[in-house]
Order: sequence, then structure tokens, then C-alpha cells
Amino acid sequence: MNFVIPAMIVLPVVAAGFSIAIWRRVRIQQVLGVAVLGGSVAGSLALIFAAAQAGPLVVHIGGWRAPVGITLVADLFSSLLLSISLITVLAVFLFAIGQPRYDKSAYYFHPLYLLLTAGVTASFLTGDLFNLYVAFEVMLSASYVLLTLGGRRDQVRSGMSYVIINLAASTLLVTTIALIYAATGSVNMAHVAVRLQDLAPGIRDLFGVMLFITFGIKAAIFPLFFWLPDSYPTAPVTVTAVFAGLLTKVGVYSIIRTQTLLFPGDQVTTAVVLFAAGATMIAGVLGAIAQDDMKRILSFHIVSQIGYMLFGLGLYTVGGVAAGIFYMIHHIPVKTTLFLVSGLIETMTGTAALRSLGGLIRRAPVSAIAFLVAGLSLAGTPPLSGFFGKLLLVQAGFASGAWTVTAVSLGVGLLTLFSMTKIWAGIFWGEAQEEPPFESARGTGPLRAPGLMNAATIGLAGVTVAIGILAQPIWRLCEHAARELLDPRAAYIAAVLGQ
Amino acid sequence: MILSLVVVVGVLFGAGTYLVLHRTLTRVALGMGLWTYAVNLLLIVAGGHAGLPPLVNGGVPISAYADPLPQAMILTAIVITFAMTAFLLALAYRSWTHTGNDEAEDDIEDRRIAAMARERPAEVPQAEEEL
Repeated sequence: MNFVIPAMIVLPVVAAGFSIAIWRRVRIQQVLGVAVLGGSVAGSLALIFAAAQAGPLVVHIGGWRAPVGITLVADLFSSLLLSISLITVLAVFLFAIGQPRYDKSAYYFHPLYLLLTAGVTASFLTGDLFNLYVAFEVMLSASYVLLTLGGRRDQVRSGMSYVIINLAASTLLVTTIALIYAATGSVNMAHVAVRLQDLAPGIRDLFGVMLFITFGIKAAIFPLFFWLPDSYPTAPVTVTAVFAGLLTKVGVYSIIRTQTLLFPGDQVTTAVVLFAAGATMIAGVLGAIAQDDMKRILSFHIVSQIGYMLFGLGLYTVGGVAAGIFYMIHHIPVKTTLFLVSGLIETMTGTAALRSLGGLIRRAPVSAIAFLVAGLSLAGTPPLSGFFGKLLLVQAGFASGAWTVTAVSLGVGLLTLFSMTKIWAGIFWGEAQEEPPFESARGTGPLRAPGLMNAATIGLAGVTVAIGILAQPIWRLCEHAARELLDPRAAYIAAVLGQ
Repeated sequence: MILSLVVVVGVLFGAGTYLVLHRTLTRVALGMGLWTYAVNLLLIVAGGHAGLPPLVNGGVPISAYADPLPQAMILTAIVITFAMTAFLLALAYRSWTHTGNDEAEDDIEDRRIAAMARERPAEVPQAEEEL
């Protein structure tokens, strides 16, 4: 069973290299990509079952046992997030295949996309701090190129701030790792967790806050989120969709992993996390209200949703952390679906600006249904997955007596509904104030998008519905994962270092 | 010896930060380079005293040789930063072919929303003073 873990990192990298070698044969690249991503999805689902039954699965690369060698760890938390991420990655890949008007940049899209997937997978599976930095760099360097692929003027402009902010965060990450290595003499996370206990509390707090800031920049929490709404909307829509679903969530994953494993129950960081959660929710949703473009509204909502996931961690109870994990599982497909809808609309009309669109409910019913499902789920309407995520978080918040942040989360939910209504009223109802850019989109006739694009979007919206229906078993898994996270000595550390 | 290295790390971080805060991308790239030197030196300091051999046969006390792992980490970090610097410079060149310079521009949508706030002083009474 354990051979699946390294295979899921190696296969996409090998497939990416092969895709570069046959860069003109786009069709073969597509088949290869679907096969590798499909295999990865199956592997990650198998990991969930194995990790739920036998506890964290550990692979020592090259036979060098921890703490000497590099360790890969798949516990229930990482395999749950890995599965939903890979399902989303596969759906977006199918969407990208369905896209018309291929230009030259299509040759390079597939290998980069596979490298991005390998980086995301490695970040979820690694059990080594320095290896986590390398995995982040693989993921980010693929993302830099994907974001600026095409080299248009606005892409170069937004690419600059995106690359600089991420390089700064990476520098901070290596600095923190160097300091942790100087203090503990190890980069294996389980080993570091044991050795950090011997340090003075002040130094431990310093490392905790430094790691929180580093991953906070990647996760776009308040007040470190300004780069996100600036850079995401200018990328090609498939790229934005997969970034929106995955990249910030890898940051949140790293925050939860490091805070629970390395700094368990630390008072200072828990207080900082809870404050950041509330401020992130408010700042994101208020930013969204001022926007007019669909992609920009959605980008600000990514920020506000990150707050909910941190809220669960900030409570630091089994219920809270489990609700946070459930919220992440719900959020990844929902957010991606919303961006895919904006991509469908752009493919058909040439714009996603509310002022140039109107009345699409009659002209593009498939997009309307997908948006309705995902938008209501994001705002938290029953019986969709977002409702359960918010309900569980609010329950956990009341149980811990965190009244202020819980109240904030409810208010932000209302404002999210307002934003979704604004997009709905602007694009699917009413009339356009300006003409859309494409000649073919003018008038009142039906708009058509390629079947595969529609199918991928609807399929991903179906995942949201399925998470809502299967809320009970998924919640059980999340609770199990949260119990493991909050007692790392019994689960994670014991599995990596042995008894 | 270690103290002087630590001071150098601090100076490099300071100078790098000064350059990164500029708007022109070539200066930012140079600043990033300085940051990387700072981090690599920091890793060397984390590996023990300078001048000690990195690998020795068994039976030698731990304090007599330098830890080789940070050097492997530095090598990885150098490779990554090399690629990133090349990409930054390519981006700067692309920006130069578009606009004639490599300065980071304002976001057009941000400007539009700032203009909206300025046009409606009745709804946003403090807007003028804040700006």
C-alpha cells in the first residue's frame, strides 16, 4: 500500500517531462495527463481508507529511517485534502481540454499543470520541513509560469507582484527552517516536534509565529492577502480556477499541520490565529462588495473563506478543527466551480464584468445551474455542503464560548449571500448595460460552450452536492483526523519515529 | 567568527529589503539575490563552526567536524534561487518590451474603484481627507 505515496509524486513529474519531450503532440499529452491524474485520484482515495484503518502511513525514502532520511507521511488529514484536491485538479484538466481556440501556449500548459499537481501532492505528503519548502517551490515555480503564460501586459503586471510576494515568503520560510535547524538539529517534523519541547517557551513562540506568518502569506490571511485579488483575476481561467481551489489551501494545510504538530496548544499562536481568522473573514467580504468583475468578486471571497478554515484551528477543540477540515473539503470544489462558471461565461461572451452581461439564465442555463448550486453552497444554504461546514463551525464556536468570532462568521455568511446575489442579478437576470466584446454574444440567442467544459463544471458542482449528502460519513472522518491532529504524540510522532 | 557571520547576515537582509521595496523589477531581483546570500550564510552558521571538515571517519567527537546537512540544503536553495532569478529577469525583460521600463504598475481595477470613491463625496464624506 505504501508504494502509492511516492508514486503519486513521481508519476506526475515523469509525465510532465514526457509531455515536454513530445510538446507538439497535444492530444497525447492530454491522454497522458488524464491517465496520471485519474490514477492519482484513485491512489489518494485508497490512502483515505488505509489511513482511517491503520493510522498514519509512513514511507522512509531510500530506506533511511527518520529522523535521518526524508519521510513521507499520509495521515487521514492529508489524504482527505489530497483526494478532494486531486478530484478538483482532474475536473479542471478536463475543462482545459474542452477549451476552444488553442494557441501556442497550449503546448506548455500540460507539463506545467502536471508539475503543479506534483508540487501540491508533495506538500500534502511530506513529513520534512525542508522538503516542504522544496515542494512549495515546485508548486510555485509552475504557478509563476502558468500565471504569466501568454505574456500579456496585465499578466506581466500581476505576475510581478505575485512572484515577488511569494519569493519573499519563501525566503522567510528558509530563514525559519535555518533557525529551527540551528535550535533543534533536525528538519524532520516529528523529530522537531519532540525536540522543540526542550526549548525556552519564548523561542518556541517565535518559531510558531514566524511559520504562521510565512504560511499566512501563501494562504492570504489578513493582513497579508493584498497580492491575491490583484494577481488571480488576470490569469487564464483554468489557471485561476485551480489556483483558487488549491494554492491558498496548501498554505492553510501547512498552518494547521505545523501549529498542531510543532506547537500544540500554544496560547500565543492560538490567540493570534483566532484574531486573524475573524479579521480575514471581514476584510475579504468587504473587499468583494466593492468589486464589479465576477472573477474579482470571487477572488476576494477566497480571502474571506480562508478565515473560516482558520477559525476552526483557532478554537483548538476536536469539534473546531474537524469543522475546519470539513470546511476545506467543501470549499475546494465549490470555489473552483464558481471560477469555472466565470470561465464558461468568458468563453461565450469574452467578458466576466457584471456591467456587460445580463439575462444569461435563458441564454446559458447550464452555467446558471452550476453557479446557483456552487454560489448557494458558498453562502451556506441547506442542504448543500457549505451549510454543514458553517453549522459545524458555529456549533464548535458556541461550545468554546468564542462568541465574537462566531457572530462575525454568521454576519460574513449573510454578506457572502449578498455578493452571490449580486453576481446572480448582474449576470443571469436583468439586462446588460454595455455590449459584450464578442460579436456572437450580442442579441438574445442561446450561447453555447463546448460539451466537455460544461460537463466538467457540472460534475464539480455535483461533488458539492455529494459532499452535502455524504456529510455524516465525511464528518466522521474529519473528527477522526482532528483527534489525530490534536494528539500528535499518539498518532503522527509515534508512526514516524517508531515507539 | 560566528558573530561576524551573523552581523553579515543582518546587513545582507537589511540591504536586500531596501532593494526589494523598490518598484523596478531589476532592483527587486538584486534584493532577492542579497536575501538568498543572507539565508545561505545563516544555514552555514546553523551547521557549526566555520573551517571544520564536513566529513570524517568514526570515532571523532561531534564538535570536531561541521554538520554536512546544511550544506546540502544550501545547494538545493541555490539551485532554486538561480531558476527564480532567471525567471524574474525574463519577466523584467518582458515588461520592458511592453512598457519601455520594468516598473510595477498600478492595478487598473483598483484605480477604477478609487475613482468611484472620489466621485461620490456625499456617500463617502471622509474620502477626500483620507486620500
